[in-house]
Amino acid sequence: MLHLTTGRVGCLLSKQAVVALTGSGARMSSHGHHEVSDSVDMSQPMYWDRLDTPLPDRPWKDVLDSTDKSLKQKEKGPWTALSKEEKIALYRLKFNLTYPEMKRPSHEWKTVIGGMFIVFGITGLVVFWQCHYVYPPQPPTFDEEWQAKQLQRMLDMRTNPIEGLSSQWDYKNKQWK
Amino acid sequence: MFRPVVRLSTSGVRSLTRTRPCYSAPLASRCYSHAKVETDEEFDARWVTYFSKPDIDAWELKKGMNTLIGYDLVPEPKILDSALRACRRLNDLASAIRILEAVKDKSGPHKDIYPYLIQELQPTLIELGISTPEDLGMDIL
Repeated sequence: MLHLTTGRVGCLLSKQAVVALTGSGARMSSHGHHEVSDSVDMSQPMYWDRLDTPLPDRPWKDVLDSTDKSLKQKEKGPWTALSKEEKIALYRLKFNLTYPEMKRPSHEWKTVIGGMFIVFGITGLVVFWQCHYVYPPQPPTFDEEWQAKQLQRMLDMRTNPIEGLSSQWDYKNKQWK
Repeated sequence: MFRPVVRLSTSGVRSLTRTRPCYSAPLASRCYSHAKVETDEEFDARWVTYFSKPDIDAWELKKGMNTLIGYDLVPEPKILDSALRACRRLNDLASAIRILEAVKDKSGPHKDIYPYLIQELQPTLIELGISTPEDLGMDIL
């Protein structure tokens, strides 16, 4: 019975392994060109454009057509024989972006600031609606008349007479100092 | 820095039980590493030798350049000269131009370093036929 079970488990494991291998194999063969699709195959040498790491593991263009190949052959000779266009072409074969292109400014800040203001605006609308529909009625103590009477009462009872409110009131002339 | 500790110990404060081995002999021993510091000339010589290897391979060139650019310095012209010649041995013009772009970027705000480097490398650039990014119009977007 032990033999049977191990045999079954072994068969299962090998089947799973075969499936996994074929799966990854199929994935790799279908992505023969190094384009960034859903997932980059990190087990292969990668290309990158980085300011701090100038030379990536692989060139930008891996699959060279006949013109590229002949240019690469010419590269083996003296570089003085290359024209400017050929030199630029050689650079572009090996690298995607130049340093100035890597460092180009983006317009992302406009999106960020614009998004910020939109959110502020929506928040403002929400606050306004809330003031109108959610807040309970204002207490009577906020009315102008009430406030005036309140202030008069505070002055009558000499609130903060030394350095505060009442010290600023001229009781003789009945006005602020 | 050491003096307050010395005063405490001489006044015989027994409650101070914390030991500070470095400060036991005031001003005599300092907590510096005893490793030998490499001079600038030794650093330059080491890197020139690295890139001067006659049978240098592409990986070694990449590794060397990426490491060198990782340092907090702009490489001396002699190191770059050695690296450019390594590119020539590897028939890699694109990497040579990339190296020039990289050192220009390394100079950061110091705009006078790159023209100096190009001036010093001019004989090598002419000899090997390496065009600068400026010559190829690749220094602008």
